Amino acid sequence: MKKIYARPRLLKRNVFHYCPGCGHSIIHRLIAEVIEEMGLQERVIGIPPPGCSVFTYNYLDVDMAESAHGRGAAVATGIKRAFPEAIVFTYQGDGDLAAIGTAETIHAANRGEKITAIFINNAVYGMTGGQMAPTTIENQTTTTTPYGRSGEIEGYPIKMSEIVAIVKGAVYVERVAVNSPANIRRTKRAIRKAFQMQIDERGFSLVEILSPCPTNWKMGTLEAWQWIDTEMTKEFPLGLIKDVTKEKDAA
Amino acid sequence: MARVLMNGNSVIGEAAIRAGCQCYFGYPITPQNELTEYMALNLSRRKGCSFVQAESELAAINMVFGASLVGARVMTSSSSPGISLKQEGISYLAACELPAVIVNMSRGGPGLGSISASQSDYFQATRGGGHGDYRTIVLAPSSVQELADLTHKAFDLADKYRIPVVILGDGMLGQMMEPVEFKHNAPEELPIRSNALRGAKGRPSRIIKTFTSNPAELEEINWSLFRRYNLIEQEETSSEAFLLEDAELIVVAFGIAARIARGAIKTARAEGLKVGLLRPITLWPFPTEKIRQLTNNTKQFLVFEMNMGQMLEDVQLAVADKAEVSFYGRPGGVIPTPSEVARVVSRLYYQKGLK
Repeated sequence: MKKIYARPRLLKRNVFHYCPGCGHSIIHRLIAEVIEEMGLQERVIGIPPPGCSVFTYNYLDVDMAESAHGRGAAVATGIKRAFPEAIVFTYQGDGDLAAIGTAETIHAANRGEKITAIFINNAVYGMTGGQMAPTTIENQTTTTTPYGRSGEIEGYPIKMSEIVAIVKGAVYVERVAVNSPANIRRTKRAIRKAFQMQIDERGFSLVEILSPCPTNWKMGTLEAWQWIDTEMTKEFPLGLIKDVTKEKDAA
Repeated sequence: MARVLMNGNSVIGEAAIRAGCQCYFGYPITPQNELTEYMALNLSRRKGCSFVQAESELAAINMVFGASLVGARVMTSSSSPGISLKQEGISYLAACELPAVIVNMSRGGPGLGSISASQSDYFQATRGGGHGDYRTIVLAPSSVQELADLTHKAFDLADKYRIPVVILGDGMLGQMMEPVEFKHNAPEELPIRSNALRGAKGRPSRIIKTFTSNPAELEEINWSLFRRYNLIEQEETSSEAFLLEDAELIVVAFGIAARIARGAIKTARAEGLKVGLLRPITLWPFPTEKIRQLTNNTKQFLVFEMNMGQMLEDVQLAVADKAEVSFYGRPGGVIPTPSEVARVVSRLYYQKGLK
């Protein structure tokens, strides 16, 4: 019988600590598949942040180092500058990349650092128990927006990918989701493309992934998947935001 | 090599390059900008090296963290307010046992303070500075020549003990020009540290982390760090003695203040007062044992600092009840003159009935 699917070799045989229905485990698997398929395992250095995904290093069988909260892009910069042969990716949540790490992210992108940011947007602070994230959408209830997020009082959801795409050193930015088999396949393609941009030494690449957090959204898994389609994508539309290789083709 | 005339900040840069520093990440702040500029000029286009003017001190120290992860010799520099921002990264470097050299050409504080030389960051430098139980080696140069020598030593110590090393200078040392001789040439190639992250090639994948959900595991990490700190205390404590043999009064001062005190002591000696100087070169580990020994023969100590009395506490701990400790300090970036300190020394000498 033909084997059509197997556990990626780079996914360690540890049981995921993530909640049922969480998107992290899917994204971890996709990253493991892409690194394996591209044959990058001997060159990759991954930087997980504080947050639920700090334990990424328990699951991905590649070199990894934990960064301080929000400093992933700066740590990755130091790695890549000191050791350009490495393929460096950060794995960052919305609070990490779009709140406390905004400066590091934008400036790493602007310098065109040849690194890849995997940006998990689940519109909430997960590990700390469901507080408002910079990407929490309007009217969304969290433990620190108990009345629903009001743009006028708590500020508006920030579109970090669009902001990053403006700067010249950012070469590839795409927003995808992991809430359906089709979207999961698109996410994998986007991660692969982002790594390829780094291999080609073009500049900073970022993949924003809308990812369900049923626990902190207080929803069932299916409901959470649907909420991404019905609510989150209104604020954060899926699709390619920037690809300098296509711009060149068009010109 | 012949001696050359250079300002202190540039000397640190040149000494770092000659120590094999491959990466420098910094953010402008007075009074240390000549160092950042020196690295931009001399390191940014050098083969296998990298210079980044970071977007913040936070970013700079975390770039240091990244470069140290992969085994590079790496340095950052700043002055007091910027060093406060770097404390987050220094704590992570200490926790992950990563070598790095951090230069603080300190200035008056607190707050934005002044850009004039001060020693008010002694507590911050010697008590770890950031969160958690950790130490950094702290070196306190007192001349431009020593900036060169201790910068070289800082890289060796950082690698030897896998620890961040702080060079605690000040704005005056950084700005002044003196003849200096560089005793080393830049190495052709340095060995890669054995635990560096370079990709899982020919070995299992490697994790460098600090977080654990098991307090017992973290306790052992802390014990492990402190066993190394004990070793450093035994092996690396360093100080300079000046005219101590017959001293009735010993001045304890570090860095540029020791330079000022030296002038004051020469004046006092010319007046027939038996005064000597003990200058801690390592502020951590502190020469506690050395000072304790000195209390056998000397019963009067004067701590002189350009702050409100910070190293004073370490001297008091070392002296305990074996001798009397007095203090003279000028905070805020005011630089006392040798004659001013000589008057303090002389007054104390007579007040205490030593003559």
